[in-house]
Amino acid sequence: MFNPMVWRLIWQAAGETLYMVGVAVVLAEVVGLPLGIILVTTERGHILENPLVNRVLATIINIGRSIPFIILMVAIIPFTRALVGTSIGTTAAMVPLTVAAIPFVARLVETALKEVDGGVVEAALALGASPFQIIWKVLIPEALPSLVSGVTITAVNLIGYSAMAGAVGGGGLGDLAVRYGYQRFRTDIMLATVIILIVLVQAMQSLGDWASRSLSKK
Amino acid sequence: MIEIHHLTKIYSDGQRELRALDDVSLQIKPGEIFGIIGLSGAGKSTLVRCINMLERPQAGQVLVNGVEMTALSKGDLRTARQKIGMIFQHFNLLSSRTVFRNVAFPLEITGVPKAEIKERVDELLRLVGLEDKADSYPAQLSGGQKQRVGIARALANRPEVLLCDEATSALDPETTTAVLELLQDINRKMGLTILLITHEMPVIQQICDRVAVIEDGRIVECGPVLEVFTRPKTEPARRLVRGVIDIEIPSELLEQHANGDGSLLKISFIGASAGRPIMGDLMQRFPVMVNILFGRIDHVKDTPFGTLVVQLSGEAQAIAEATQFLAGQDLHLEVLRDV
Ligand SMILES: Nc1ncnc2c1ncn2[C@@H]1O[C@H](COP(=O)(O)OP(=O)(O)OP(=O)(O)O)[C@@H](O)[C@H]1O
Ligand SMILES: [Mg+2]
Repeated sequence: MFNPMVWRLIWQAAGETLYMVGVAVVLAEVVGLPLGIILVTTERGHILENPLVNRVLATIINIGRSIPFIILMVAIIPFTRALVGTSIGTTAAMVPLTVAAIPFVARLVETALKEVDGGVVEAALALGASPFQIIWKVLIPEALPSLVSGVTITAVNLIGYSAMAGAVGGGGLGDLAVRYGYQRFRTDIMLATVIILIVLVQAMQSLGDWASRSLSKK
Repeated sequence: MIEIHHLTKIYSDGQRELRALDDVSLQIKPGEIFGIIGLSGAGKSTLVRCINMLERPQAGQVLVNGVEMTALSKGDLRTARQKIGMIFQHFNLLSSRTVFRNVAFPLEITGVPKAEIKERVDELLRLVGLEDKADSYPAQLSGGQKQRVGIARALANRPEVLLCDEATSALDPETTTAVLELLQDINRKMGLTILLITHEMPVIQQICDRVAVIEDGRIVECGPVLEVFTRPKTEPARRLVRGVIDIEIPSELLEQHANGDGSLLKISFIGASAGRPIMGDLMQRFPVMVNILFGRIDHVKDTPFGTLVVQLSGEAQAIAEATQFLAGQDLHLEVLRDV
C-alpha cells in the first residue's frame, strides 16, 4: 500500500508517541501518586488529618484540572524552555503532557485510595501501625488494582493529548496526521495513523485491564 | 486490667450534641471475660473504641494494665496498642494479603524478624485451626474462618487484652458458638482478658463472667452474669434477659390455676442447688402435695440454673411451713399466689 519511506515515517511517529506518553505517565505517577496520598490522608478523620494542607492541595489540583490542555501547553512554554532548552519537539512536548497529567493522576489516586475499606485502616491503627506503615502496607496494596486501572486511564488519555501536542510540532502520530493527512491531503496516511492510534489504545486498555484483574484478590 | 473512670464522649456536628458515653465507669479484672450488652446505638462501639483511643473521649480516664491511655504520646500510644488485640464485626482483613500474611501483618508492624514471623504465624494458625488455609485469600474464606484469622492476627503480638466489637454478629448461630468456644479456650490457656461487646444475650450467656448493660451511653446495671440473668434489677436488663431465658411463666398456666387450691410458687435454682432433690425432701418433711406445673433448665456459662413453678396443696399450716422451709434453702423463691 505505502512505500517503505512512508512506513518508516509511520513507525517512527508511533515510537515517538509511545516514548512521549510512556515518559509522561511515569513522571506524572511519580509526582501524582504522593499528591493523591496526601490528598486522602490529610482529610478529616484520616491518619494524617490536616485541613489546611488538604484545602490548599485540592484547590491547586482543581485549578490544574480545569485548564484546557491546549492553553496549558502554550501557557507553560517559558517553563518548558527553561527545563529542556526548547519548546518544540518530542522531548519538549513531554513537559506539558506531564504537567497536565499530574493533577489528573492525583485525583485518580485519591479515588482509588478512598475505595479502601475504612475498617481495614482502623484495624491497622488498632494494631499500632504508624501512618507510613498504613500507607505502604495497607492503602497502596489494597488499592493496587484500582491504581493500575488509573495508570491505564492516564496512558489512554495522554495518547489523545499527545496527538494535540503533535499538532503544534511535538512529533508523534498526531504530528504525522496533521502534516501529511491534513496539510498534504494524504487521507490514506491520516487513516493509517488513526488506525494505529485505535490499536494502541485498545492494546493498552486490554493490558491494563488484565493487569488490574490479575492483581485483584477480592 | 482495664479501668474506666467517668468516661464521657460527645459527638457534635456543629449545632447538636450527642452524648454517646455519659460518665461511664467500669472495672475489668485480669483474666475475666467481661461482656457489655446494649441495643443498637447504645454506645457499645464507642466504648471499646475509647479503650484503645480509636476514639478520643472528652473526659474521663482509661487505664489498661496501669497505663493511662488518654495521656500517651502518638508513639507511646502505638506501642500500647500493640498490646491490645481487637477483632471486628466485619473482620477487617487485608484483602490483598493471604491468610498467612494477614496474621504476619502485626508482626511486621512491630519489626519481628522474618524467621520468627514464620514460626509465630504457623503457631497461631494451628491455634485457630487454619493451618491448611495459610495461602488462601480472605475472599475465599467463610465468615467463621475470617473471624479466626482476625483472632489469630489480634493475638500475634501476645496482647494482654482482647477487645471484641460484635465479633460474632455477622455469623450464624453455630459458627458463633464455635468462635466463642475458641475465645473461651484462649482465655483459659493464656489468661487473656477479654472485653466483649454484643447485642446478643446468648453470647453473654455462653462465655461471659460478668456483664454490664449499657443504655443511652450509661451503664445501667453491672454484675456477675448469673445474677443479672436471674435477677435483673433494671428494666433494660429485664428486657434483654426476657428474650433468652423465659423467666416469664406462660400466662395460660397461671390463669388455669388461678382458682385452684393451695399456693403457687416460682422457684429458681442456681448452680449446685439445681442438682439437689429439694422437692422430694419437701414432700417427706411436710404433709403437702407438690404438683409441678412448669420447669426448665438453662445454662449461664458453665452454671446450670432451673426455674420451676409448683402448686402446693394441703393444710394451710403445712403449706406455710413448707414455704418457710423452701425460703431457707439456697434458692430464689417467689410466691405467685398464696393459699
Ligand atoms: N463518628 C460519629 N459521629 C457522630 N455520632 C456518632 C459517631 N459514632 C457513633 N455515633 C453515635 O453515637 C451513638 C452510639 O454509637 P455506637 O456506634 O457506639 O453504638 P453501638 O452501641 O455500637 O450500636 P450498634 O449495635 O448499632 O453497633 C449512636 O447514637 C451513634 O449515632
Ligand atoms: Mg457497634
